Amino acid sequence: MSSSSVLIQFLNGLAGASSLFMVAAGLSLIFGVTRVVNFAHGSLYMLGMYLAVWLAERVGFWAAVPLAAVAVGVIGALAEISVLRRIYKAPELLQLLATFALLLLIKDFALWAWGPEDMLGPRAPGFTGAVEIAGGAFPQYDLLLIILGPVVLGFLYLVLKKTRWGILVRAATEDREMAGALGVNQRWLFTGVFALGALLAGLGGALQIPREPASLNIDLSVISDAFVVVVIGGLGSIPGAFLAALLIAEAKAFCIGLGYSQATLVIEFVIMAAVLVVRPWGLLGRMPVLARPGTAEPPFARPSLRLRWTLAIVAAALALLPVVSGGYTLVLLTDMLIFALFAASLHFIMGPGGMYSFGHAAYFGLGAYAAGMLVLREKFPMELALALAPFAAGFAALVFGWFCVRLSGVYSAMLTLAFAQIAWSAVFQWDALTGGSNGMVGVWPAPWLSSKPAYYFLTLLVCASGIIFLWRMIYSPFGHALRAARDSPLRAEASGIDVRATQWEAFAIAGLAAGVAGALYAFSKGSISPEALGIQRSVDGLVMVMLGGIQTLSGPVWGAALFTWLQDAAARNVDYWRAATGIVILALVLVLPRGVGSLLQARQ
Amino acid sequence: MLELRRLNAGYGRAQVLFDFELALGAGEVVALLGRNGAGKSTALKTVMGLLQAVSGEVRFENKSIKNLPSYQIARHGLGYVPEERRIFADLTIAENLEVGRRPPRDGAPHWTPEKLFDLFPNLGRMQARRGGHMSGGEQQMLAIARTLMGNPSAILLDEPFEGLAPLIVESVAATIRELKREGLSVLLCEQNLRYARLVADRVCIIEKGRLCHAGSMSELDTNPSLLQRYLSV
Ligand SMILES: Nc1ncnc2c1ncn2[C@@H]1O[C@H](COP(=O)(O)OP(=O)(O)OP(=O)(O)O)[C@@H](O)[C@H]1O
Ligand SMILES: [Mg+2]
Repeated sequence: MSSSSVLIQFLNGLAGASSLFMVAAGLSLIFGVTRVVNFAHGSLYMLGMYLAVWLAERVGFWAAVPLAAVAVGVIGALAEISVLRRIYKAPELLQLLATFALLLLIKDFALWAWGPEDMLGPRAPGFTGAVEIAGGAFPQYDLLLIILGPVVLGFLYLVLKKTRWGILVRAATEDREMAGALGVNQRWLFTGVFALGALLAGLGGALQIPREPASLNIDLSVISDAFVVVVIGGLGSIPGAFLAALLIAEAKAFCIGLGYSQATLVIEFVIMAAVLVVRPWGLLGRMPVLARPGTAEPPFARPSLRLRWTLAIVAAALALLPVVSGGYTLVLLTDMLIFALFAASLHFIMGPGGMYSFGHAAYFGLGAYAAGMLVLREKFPMELALALAPFAAGFAALVFGWFCVRLSGVYSAMLTLAFAQIAWSAVFQWDALTGGSNGMVGVWPAPWLSSKPAYYFLTLLVCASGIIFLWRMIYSPFGHALRAARDSPLRAEASGIDVRATQWEAFAIAGLAAGVAGALYAFSKGSISPEALGIQRSVDGLVMVMLGGIQTLSGPVWGAALFTWLQDAAARNVDYWRAATGIVILALVLVLPRGVGSLLQARQ
Repeated sequence: MLELRRLNAGYGRAQVLFDFELALGAGEVVALLGRNGAGKSTALKTVMGLLQAVSGEVRFENKSIKNLPSYQIARHGLGYVPEERRIFADLTIAENLEVGRRPPRDGAPHWTPEKLFDLFPNLGRMQARRGGHMSGGEQQMLAIARTLMGNPSAILLDEPFEGLAPLIVESVAATIRELKREGLSVLLCEQNLRYARLVADRVCIIEKGRLCHAGSMSELDTNPSLLQRYLSV
């Protein structure tokens, strides 16, 4: 690479960093004060893009950008007032789920308002040309972006240092209870911070429209990038966000410049791994203050005799079913069984493990893809492929888990989502191996399993064994160690449990089980598409677990059955399924935080 | 001024206060005495709305403030200086004061940073220093000053002398007497009778979350059996 193209790549990186910094700074600011990680922050960015494109046609580009940013700020404030305000005292998981639900709602809102097609924005009047830099042409608009990043950083610095509002924000970031005892009304402070954070995300998005079209996939790619940035920079540190955004954007720009655009996905990993090893709380982050006093969850009751009988009877009924029912019911039941195993594996991480997985579909999808590739590309017999494919998922869980168990709470929640997004884009982009957006077809089971009843029996056998295996794990010494690590990591360490190793192992086991479910799914459908590891699938898993209640053993099974049935019955009639799921999640979080199962328990 | 009646409160299921009673008159300095873990801090936190009272009544200037959000209690004119001081470590001294600033209130002295720096000359000399880089005594003074910025008519001080050098103890005590002269009512928690004697007009003794004695300071001196029963002297 010549020195002039090095310079151009460097400038490209700086231009890319600006918008990324604005989203990440907003995310950090909101987290600092409210302690809520806003999963919908990428959605606000996306909203900023759409609004800016839409407004630019009406009022022109230069008026559209600030208007869009302000509109997104207002939307953020409304979301805070209507949803988040109710859950500041709720457990972290419920907060994350609620913002997750907002993500789904905003995505479907954008789909409804602007349709599924990408929307190309206008160019910025006055900045349409290029300037010559070191013999190469560089867009004027990108130069403007390069300047805007530090301008926003300086503006935030001034607001936080020099205004009374900024001082109160910093005080509340440190100790919001004490700020309250001094007469600071946190409600409006929180709403204000949320509005400012949302405005920054909207501005980042709006400024981006001359460079790329507004699309419905941008929310997740931006939020996962922003998560990586705040993990590297240190959650809560705005200069850290700036530094990390520069680092990531530069690394990506150079990968593209050198002709390795595939490497952009990997480079984030490498940088993050390096930073986490040296500085676990990020470049400019601080060790988080002890999270809210741990509410030790009650241990899982051993399955009662009644539950055992119920399950045995259900299993027997399921085994006899093909005698009396037809093909359609069997297909539905096969799906239910597969998702029961998927949900049980997610529950294994979140319930007894006390960890998060907001991207559990990654393991499901990798299991499915591995099965497809083994059968189609390597010509393995189906039985062997089914047996081996889960190990691909387990391996991915080992790699991702290595990072996640090194971080606490919200940090690892953010990482799981980022990893799933990375896995999704890898599958989506790697046409030659995965079939890209078309996926793979012709992934059929072996002839002796190809009838519906036969495949149903196989699924019943494998899923039931898998679920029983997971349940037995929970009551084994390993399961006790896992729960001890969840309830009190320090005490667990003191009693000789290697907390990280235990949690890492749990991650791998859950990944493996999800991979089994994924491989079964692939053969049951005969085809695989990137949706198998898309975010929607992860969300489905979370809703299943939530429906059943996290602190019950059999919850995920009932949750999966109920959800799969609902989806089958309703999805065909509901246009905006995502939004509907979002509303279900919000309802669960706000009204029934302990799951549907808790209704039955409360009756007793 | 401030009145607690049959107050029951605690942490979740662990009840700490049992029908606790206390009264603080206008312009009075009352010491709430009790051993480690007797429930002194719990009482103050409940008054400030940082803990939920299960039952009972908290009245301040003839209005019920029970279980109001703590910012509203503060705005009613009740100041609180916690045991841990809880200085904002990232903020400078001037900024810490700014967090506490509220508009002037009728019937209570009006404080400005300048007036407070007269009262605490130390703080005035290092306004740009961060809260995290101060000694314990300086932090205690800043915590009091920060609360005064809210122009309270009564303040709750949780063990203000804890961990201070004798010279600093004397200067904090002088400050408290000065506040009394300005017309503030002061409720202070203390384990140490010697410190309470420096400032208090009256004492209340709390034992296992119950009020078990209330009387004047001098009465305590003439009745040593009380001391032996409730305080480890
Ligand atoms: N956060 C908490 N959660 C549960 N119990 C608590 C908590 N804080 C205090 N306690 C308990 O409440 C009781 C009263 O505590 P409190 O802090 O009010 O005592 P205190 O009189 O202020 O003592 P000290 O002189 O040590 O400050 C103690 O038994 C203590 O163990
Ligand atoms: Mg105390």
